[in-house]
Amino acid sequence: MSAPANCNRLGLSKNDYAGKPSTLCKGCGHDSITVAIQQAYYDLGIPPHEITKFSGIGCSSKTPTYFVERGHGFNSVHGRMPSVATGASLANGNLHIIGISGDGDTASIGMGQFCHVVRRNVDMVYVIENNGTYGLTKGQFSATADFGSKGKKGWSNPYPTIDCCALAIELGATFVARSFSGDRKQVIALLKAAQAHKGIAVLDIISPCVTFNNHEGSTKSYTFVKEHDVPLHELGFVPSFEEIQVEMKEGELKDIELHDGSHLTLKKLATDYDPSNAIGALSVIHEAKEKQQIVTGLLYFNKDQKDHNSVLNMTSRALNTLTEVELDPGPEVLKKINSSLK
Amino acid sequence: MENKINNCSIRVATVNGTGSQSSNSLLFKSLFRMGVGVCAKNMFPSNIQGLPTWFQIRVSQKGFQNLREHDDIAVLMNAETAHADIKTMRPGTTIFYNSSIVTFTPDEIKEGMHMYALPVEELSKQITDTKLRTLLKNLFYVGALSHLYGIEIDVMKSVIQDTFKTKQSAIDANLAALQIGIDYAKENFKKTDDFGFKRSNTNDGKIMMEGNAACGLGAVYGGCTVVAWYPITPSSSLAESAEAYLKKYRIDKDGKTNYAVVQAEDELASIGMVIGAGWAGARSMTSTSGPGISLMQEFLGLAYYTEVPAVIFNVQRTGPSTGLPTRTQQSDVQQCAIASHGDTKHIMLFPAGPKECFEISAEAFNIAERMQTPVFVMTDLDLGMNTWVDDDLVYKKPQFDRGKVLTAADLDKIQGQFGRYLDSDGDGITYRTLPATNHVKGAYFTRGSGHDEYARYTESPEAYTRNMDRLLKKWHTAKQYIPKPIQYGASSAKVGVIAFGTSHSAITEALERLNDKNIKYLRLLSYPLHDEVEKFIQSCDKVYVVEQNRDAQMKSLIEVDLPGYQSKLRSIRYYGGFPLSSDLVERELKKQMEK
Repeated sequence: MSAPANCNRLGLSKNDYAGKPSTLCKGCGHDSITVAIQQAYYDLGIPPHEITKFSGIGCSSKTPTYFVERGHGFNSVHGRMPSVATGASLANGNLHIIGISGDGDTASIGMGQFCHVVRRNVDMVYVIENNGTYGLTKGQFSATADFGSKGKKGWSNPYPTIDCCALAIELGATFVARSFSGDRKQVIALLKAAQAHKGIAVLDIISPCVTFNNHEGSTKSYTFVKEHDVPLHELGFVPSFEEIQVEMKEGELKDIELHDGSHLTLKKLATDYDPSNAIGALSVIHEAKEKQQIVTGLLYFNKDQKDHNSVLNMTSRALNTLTEVELDPGPEVLKKINSSLK
Repeated sequence: MENKINNCSIRVATVNGTGSQSSNSLLFKSLFRMGVGVCAKNMFPSNIQGLPTWFQIRVSQKGFQNLREHDDIAVLMNAETAHADIKTMRPGTTIFYNSSIVTFTPDEIKEGMHMYALPVEELSKQITDTKLRTLLKNLFYVGALSHLYGIEIDVMKSVIQDTFKTKQSAIDANLAALQIGIDYAKENFKKTDDFGFKRSNTNDGKIMMEGNAACGLGAVYGGCTVVAWYPITPSSSLAESAEAYLKKYRIDKDGKTNYAVVQAEDELASIGMVIGAGWAGARSMTSTSGPGISLMQEFLGLAYYTEVPAVIFNVQRTGPSTGLPTRTQQSDVQQCAIASHGDTKHIMLFPAGPKECFEISAEAFNIAERMQTPVFVMTDLDLGMNTWVDDDLVYKKPQFDRGKVLTAADLDKIQGQFGRYLDSDGDGITYRTLPATNHVKGAYFTRGSGHDEYARYTESPEAYTRNMDRLLKKWHTAKQYIPKPIQYGASSAKVGVIAFGTSHSAITEALERLNDKNIKYLRLLSYPLHDEVEKFIQSCDKVYVVEQNRDAQMKSLIEVDLPGYQSKLRSIRYYGGFPLSSDLVERELKKQMEK
């Protein structure tokens, strides 16, 4: 029996993936990402109650209230979302975890936790809604603002930028992508692939701040990003439950099979790009920066690394379901321990 | 005359990192196995090798677990401290010293001192393995003491065998070194003091255990499944013990673990993981010390306000700042009572020995899940890192209290919306659901910002106030679930002592020596304070609150929570960093009572 019209494979409507109305500024890049997230989960037919949302503090961190209200959400403290998400994934490895962070939340106060959640390869989607500015506190530079980029007050950023994608690759991330909130098709394809990936998937999405960082001289304005966005490939996503049917000339298309059996297809654009080469990825990122280009697409992918719970050799049963029966070592063990302490 | 059999204090001064720890532990364990009432405390520096360290063994008929302020026998093996050490000794003290490197001038030797010169370096030439020499020569004083005071050689052999198990060469090397000390004492020492050890039965039904190990084991028996921690003295061995027990007793048949232990990047990440896991329904814990608690403040406020269970072990050390990292104190009481910015009130538990560490640690997880809030298990360096003699651990068949958690079936029965912060039972504790609960009403949004009964964002003063008042009510409700204080002594007494944690042994012994003064004693096992505390104070004319910090932190909490009794409350404090001695308690009580 096929699903009714306007429903996904679970028979759920888009409304089942909806959240509260956004309270962000009109035209905020984050809102388009929110829409993309809902679309991606809907298309994939992920049960909404299994989607578990985490965030820190900041404009981006408010967004988990705006999508999938039927999933639990946790708006934690500034820069510390990664540890909270890590803990939850230990308690229940079957959750579909998405963490939403911003450039302030990740690249400044949360830099330490970002590095370590990447290093541990926690099974989650980690979205950085990157606008290069502190919106909620009215327009200070963040650590991802480009050197020389102009702030709202006309001042130039005196510090070099931190590139979260390059950093993530360096730290051993297993899925690293960059996108632009204005390119919804690409964002959705990457979100779906990230969801299918077992391990951490870092998505750095340039998401212009219409109120504090959309002026001339800013390298994170809509106009600037549109003009300087260089997609590495055209992305297509084929979920595990659909048959892959693509006809393409030899060498034109790369097919990446993800952990859950779905596929991400990479159609060649100007140059051939190999996302399995970490060093190559770093070169491309750095060369693009010199040319003031923003390369978008799947920058790096590595399927071979174990995710955190597997590294810890954990049972596949959720720890939160275990009871006295499984967890009590019993009286005989205690007796033995007592006698070993004499 | 005082009976000197099974009644003395020994101080061993050595250099840190030279292997003296295993010699001292051999002394201590052998006395324990002879059934002699024994207590041991290690005074060590924040150092791996080279700085002075002292090990004190107190032997008493009743096995009191606190030290006297004086020593009867001193073993001075460290040339750097020997002259200062002997200066602190009373006339008549028995002194063993390393005569190869230490010479005392006649005026350093006080009247009646019994001097035993042990030429350690010369004797050590008998040990052919030069690598092991530095370690093994520490056994000479053990051999000499055992010969003079009657520690049974068979008992010592059994300890050495149990320590090295199947490593026969190590067993032989240790026994040979021990024998060098025994032989030297036999030939050269004539016993001139009256001290001695005799087999007894003081330790029937008792074990030797560090508080940290007992807490770790308690966590395992309490059903803990997630441990996230960051190394810090004196708590590291708590998490490490927990992990060792988990590795042993919590592996599924297929070889997979039914737990997770993560050494986090810092204390902030540790508590973050604990909160994430607790929120998602796993029993989770971290262990740390004062500096770690300082770093966790923001997260602790989040857990309090969003109502997430978490168990935090605070093995207190001497603060503020880095303080004295290897010394003990009870100086985080106030910090933990109200950890975080804003109005917060937390639950604290105070075990006094390994047995209670085991029981209270297990129970802490029930309390945390029942109350949906952080619970602090407050121990200290003295309890955590010293080996205590305490009663056998007692098995209690666990019945985990998972608290108010709604399943999908429960949600079916709910009319209208599910209110995460709705006080439907009137006890301040609300119902929660876990992530992935398969029900349309199942999800809610957790936020550290203002929220109403339905977990919706709000800045309404009324909703905020209602929530804060309910949290206060919940904190009072906790008294039904946390262990009650224990009262000792005649209830008719008009003078009282209140104390908690590691002060217990010192107080018990001091009150025994002051039994003509008719003093009763209330030992706190938890905070918030039960009604029994108020009743106790009401029944007394004067109450001395004994604690190991400068600022009378517990007394201040009592004054704030139980207003109106300030004029009755007195304070006895010790905060030098060493374990509390019964001598100090006795002296201070006498002094203050005479006023």
